[in-house]
Amino acid sequence: MSNGTVHLAQAVEGINPMLNFSIFGAFVVITLIIVFRASRNTKTASDYYAAGRAFSGPQNGIAISGDYLSAASFLGICGAIAVNGYDGFLYSIGFLVAWLVALLLVAELLRNTGKFTMGDVLAFRMRQRPVRAAAALSTLSVSFFYLLAQMAGGGGLVNLLLGVQGAVGQSVVIAAVGVVMIIYVLIGGMKGTTWVQIIKAALLITGAFAMTMWVLALYGFNLSGLLAEAVNMAGDNGEAMLAPGAKYGVSEMSKLNFLSLGVALVLGTAGLPHVLMRFYTVPTAKEARRSVVWAIVLIGAFYLFTLVLGYGAAALVGSETILAAPGGVNSAAPLLARALGGPVLLGFISAVAFATILAVVAGLTITASASFAHDVYANVIKKGAVEDKNSEVRVARITALVIGALSIVGGILARDQNVAFLVALAFAVAASANLPTILYSLFWKRFNTTGALCSIYGGLIITITLIVFSPAVSGGENAMIKGVDFHWFPLSNPGLVSIPLSFFLGWLGTVLSKEHNEAKYAEMEVRSLTGAGAEKATVH
Amino acid sequence: MTDMERGPSDGQPPEGDWARVQASPEFQELRRRLRTFVFPMTAIFLGWYLLYVLVAAYAHDFMAIKLVGNINVGLVFGLLQFVSTFVITALYVRFAGRRLDPLGDKIRNEVEGGSQ
Repeated sequence: MSNGTVHLAQAVEGINPMLNFSIFGAFVVITLIIVFRASRNTKTASDYYAAGRAFSGPQNGIAISGDYLSAASFLGICGAIAVNGYDGFLYSIGFLVAWLVALLLVAELLRNTGKFTMGDVLAFRMRQRPVRAAAALSTLSVSFFYLLAQMAGGGGLVNLLLGVQGAVGQSVVIAAVGVVMIIYVLIGGMKGTTWVQIIKAALLITGAFAMTMWVLALYGFNLSGLLAEAVNMAGDNGEAMLAPGAKYGVSEMSKLNFLSLGVALVLGTAGLPHVLMRFYTVPTAKEARRSVVWAIVLIGAFYLFTLVLGYGAAALVGSETILAAPGGVNSAAPLLARALGGPVLLGFISAVAFATILAVVAGLTITASASFAHDVYANVIKKGAVEDKNSEVRVARITALVIGALSIVGGILARDQNVAFLVALAFAVAASANLPTILYSLFWKRFNTTGALCSIYGGLIITITLIVFSPAVSGGENAMIKGVDFHWFPLSNPGLVSIPLSFFLGWLGTVLSKEHNEAKYAEMEVRSLTGAGAEKATVH
Repeated sequence: MTDMERGPSDGQPPEGDWARVQASPEFQELRRRLRTFVFPMTAIFLGWYLLYVLVAAYAHDFMAIKLVGNINVGLVFGLLQFVSTFVITALYVRFAGRRLDPLGDKIRNEVEGGSQ
């Protein structure tokens, strides 16, 4: 199969690679034109990192859903529901409820106290250099894990959706996707990236809505009838599709593992750096609130659609056909599209899935580059005295280039690896290293530099150590490394242990240090709650 | 002026004033209102979510009880998580608009107006 030539074969039966390429190509051309137009006003750091803070709440809310709804949440959740039934639905709920943490505790206060990055919020009342370095390390780690998972997943999708087989062919497509993404970020900055996410979110949510209505219409808008058909198709154990337990109910350890995953999902979202950074693209905290409201409505609606689509795929395609197709579980949504609307709908959904990867990696790349340029370069290396304002943006662009190149190489190397655990890892690090630090920083008067360093480095080290020695990396059924077994931690999802430990370390570090900046806390608290002196929108 | 040229305290009251604003009854009231809403609400939705996750993990038979046709407890419980998320969002937006924004805007105007 990997004989080095590019095959344009029938990946999914009935697929038309040229049609899919054309639809996806049209998306790339249209978004590139918009990115070029948007780039005209990108001059200052505020333009590059935060789109001049000029997006409205609804626009930013749509972009947030575009940033958040990854290929994993579209193809992965549809497939998980189609194959495992109810257990796939559990992810959706965690991913949605998580937004309440962002809405109630984080979005507005963060918008009022920071400029571009998570490091800004911490640096407000702590010693700049150590906390910025720690925040940047954590941001870069989370972004890189997430990025790698997206790019590696891309290889499988190339095969599934575009019919490209063979190592060389898939690598070429991954590289091309990476290059387009780099162009978006380099030229368009945050404004261009935001527009890409808005367009992608509109296509994805509209497409999912249309398919949902189509599936429901086939069953006379009777959900119970749809479920009955899904149970029928699944055969002897069909009833199990309707209740939890098919995937996570096997043993006591798998139940605990599920619990751990649930906790990491709900607490991780509000600590994801690319989500945090989106709150800076609006002019005020009220607009940040409106963004989250829009995001909750859109993301909630989308996950309700995936519930119907997943059971729809189980009923109309059948789990055996799905598992036998290239891409396995991930092929449920595309196969359903083919069953409903033939090659054209399949082409549209495939192109949307690709656009999804593109938009998510662009969002991650700009976040990572902002964190390096703003926290590490401008404030740690140059100690806040960057001689020329443009040089920080130049460093951000170079960083974006390096991260883009790394993610292409990583995506190609990890192409056939099982790296699904990387997403869980990204959420676990975000929930362990970032969230406790942000919450303490915003709400706890006594919190200080030592506490922040303990919760960030502690969370990061504990989470990564537990993952490395978990069944996800070695010894498990679908482990990344086969043939050896060096795992001693029983759970693939470390959240249940790492999150409480990180909160504890943040507290311990704080009480062990005498540092306490009363005046700066007063300023931070007044500013975070009232928006006094917050960064304004740039007027062009 | 672009916001790049704005340091953390440019054009703002000196540090002693922040402490004075923080200590003012109005600000204390704003902080009390925010915290007495968001902290209990966070405890409620996290508890409600955790209950769902625990039941989903450990009480499969309960979740499998059918209510109407093929619609079982699990599906309804799951959909209720969506409903509660939407309801809490709406409650917070209403609360913030009525109880937080007017007071926050008033304090902000005083702080920003005072420095010019």
